[in-house]
Amino acid sequence: MRTYKQIFSELKRAALIPFFVIGDPDFDTSLAIVKTAIDAGADVLELGIPFSDPIADGPTIQKADIRALTSGINVQKAREFIEKVKDYKDIPIGLLMYYNLIYQYGTQKFFSDFHEAGVNSVLVADLSIDDADEITAPAASAGLDTVFMVTPNTTPERMKLIASKTTGFIYTVSLLGVTGSREKLSDTVEVLIGKLKKLTSVPVCVGFGISKPEHAAAVASAGADGVIIGSKIVELIEKNLSNREKMLAEISTFLSDVKSAIKHQSN
Amino acid sequence: MKYKGRFGDYGGFYVPEVLIPVLEELEQAFYRFYEDERFVSELAQLSKDYAGRPSPLYYAERFSEYVGFKVYLKREDLLHGGAHKVNNTLGQGLLAKYMGKTKLIAETGAGQHGLATAMIGALFGMETKIFMGVTDIERQSVNVHKMKLCGAEVIDVEGGTGTLKDAINDALRYWTANVTDTFYLFGSTCGPHPYPTIVKHFQSCIGKETRQQCLEQIGRLPDMIVACVGGGSNAIGIFSAFLDDKDVKLIGVEAGGRSLSSGKHAAALVAGRVGILHGAKAYLLQDKEGQVHDTESVSAGLDYPAVGPEHCLLKDTGRAEYVAAEDAEVLDAFGLLSKTEGILPALESAHALAFLCSQKGKLDADTIAVVNLSGRGDKDVSIVEKRRSADE
Ligand SMILES: Cc1ncc(COP(=O)(O)O)c(C=O)c1O
Repeated sequence: MRTYKQIFSELKRAALIPFFVIGDPDFDTSLAIVKTAIDAGADVLELGIPFSDPIADGPTIQKADIRALTSGINVQKAREFIEKVKDYKDIPIGLLMYYNLIYQYGTQKFFSDFHEAGVNSVLVADLSIDDADEITAPAASAGLDTVFMVTPNTTPERMKLIASKTTGFIYTVSLLGVTGSREKLSDTVEVLIGKLKKLTSVPVCVGFGISKPEHAAAVASAGADGVIIGSKIVELIEKNLSNREKMLAEISTFLSDVKSAIKHQSN
Repeated sequence: MKYKGRFGDYGGFYVPEVLIPVLEELEQAFYRFYEDERFVSELAQLSKDYAGRPSPLYYAERFSEYVGFKVYLKREDLLHGGAHKVNNTLGQGLLAKYMGKTKLIAETGAGQHGLATAMIGALFGMETKIFMGVTDIERQSVNVHKMKLCGAEVIDVEGGTGTLKDAINDALRYWTANVTDTFYLFGSTCGPHPYPTIVKHFQSCIGKETRQQCLEQIGRLPDMIVACVGGGSNAIGIFSAFLDDKDVKLIGVEAGGRSLSSGKHAAALVAGRVGILHGAKAYLLQDKEGQVHDTESVSAGLDYPAVGPEHCLLKDTGRAEYVAAEDAEVLDAFGLLSKTEGILPALESAHALAFLCSQKGKLDADTIAVVNLSGRGDKDVSIVEKRRSADE
């Protein structure tokens, strides 16, 4: 399995990291979407198992969660989904979760089973660094990297603490708010990236609100090691629910555009 | 955060990173002001002159005759706004003011907490937004009108079943994007630390008064205290003064909805499993994998799949006992108190009365039970009417 370290050090530019809700809008279409994203140049995947009460997510991803849950996705099927993705390509995968699903499965078993399925890291959206001990030891023993969030209101002391417990990458939230596409890039994000890069050598990836190739380019040029794009892609799924070919084509075009914007930036 | 906010293993603050600094700020402010002389005297003055404290302890003689033992009602229904909720909104509202916050948000189910927040928004001149599920907006429309008259904006929440859980989800999301100037005035003893502690503190006046009134009016402590449990604030408020009085039984009554066996209920302590929702570890109604269940109850204020962390601990230690009352029993109890005493109880509070009805003929005649009559039933008249005509 390729590790984040390998990936981020091999790349001479920011990694393209699309986010998907597993099973949105259904298992097969979701798999086709992820394969399309891989073909369009995704370097790492961020995948979420849908939860009934996603408090860190805006309306776009909430609706994706509902579509996926309605189509019958569950934790077991999510595992099979990941195995199928890994069969297609050995691409690093980060899981984005709400804690209750892990807790009910049994934290150690969840981490072991999903590591076995091919997952590299786990980020628990509603578990802060203060309770990191609930997951760091089980993650380490399962061989999973930890990912924690930093937000624009995180103090420098906390940033250091977060960096010290993060073995994968720091998920830097570009703005104060929930997930969702935005017209403009937050004007605080470049400063935030700069601060983090000075504080730590842990890779810094940026997400929330990245919606356009130029947003991705700006984040990349500010020094981010990865650009995470969620809601904007999920919107393309939602918009084209009745036309799968068009859905896949639009996702492919969008991700290719983002990728070339990132590449162009580093030249 | 200075404290862990745990009750045994329950509670905590399971929230996204972005909310940690604001919860920390809130925790700091609470511990700075809650015993501050000026804060305490300002709150005491408002509790008396604005809210109407102390609330009476009333011996319900005809209702007692019906059940066969002595029933006293702690009349929180007589407070301004019609429920115990004002104790908490005055306290947190004042805290917001001392913190220099200018905007309030709150979630609401029955609309009682929303109304109590809207009142305080008007009182302190703060811009107020109330998040309310669409199902609740429909079934508690009187309160929606009242909130608007107090100048609050009521925000429709479409997600889920359009009830309290969904309102909390959206209030938390809104707060995430507006942490700088907005104070989230949480309505019950659940949610992330420090809310369970803060809300308990501001509701503990119910227990303190009750204990003193029992000693003065009856000459002894009661044999049992009964309260309905949604998130758990009116229950913990009255239980808090009796926790060390081991001979006083504490009974919390959850929403049994259609019936426990139908799965259509909201009885987290009676029928739930430990999980994590809205920032706290607590008993939770959920499926095998941890997806949160939709709940059902005739009373919007109890229609919530989780419960406050301290109640979880009280259940595990056996200090308090938790039972469920089904909708049909609750409607009967509503009718009974109205007919025997001329007091219309909130459907939430009627759950506590329904438990007493279930004890008819089972307890000694000199048994003394105190019920926290957490709210009045004006808001529920049309629901009761509808249910009654549907049953006929
Ligand atoms: C009158 C009344 N009682 C009880 C409750 C339930 O809340 P808690 O369990 O926090 O007291 C509500 C909630 O809306 C209410 O309006």
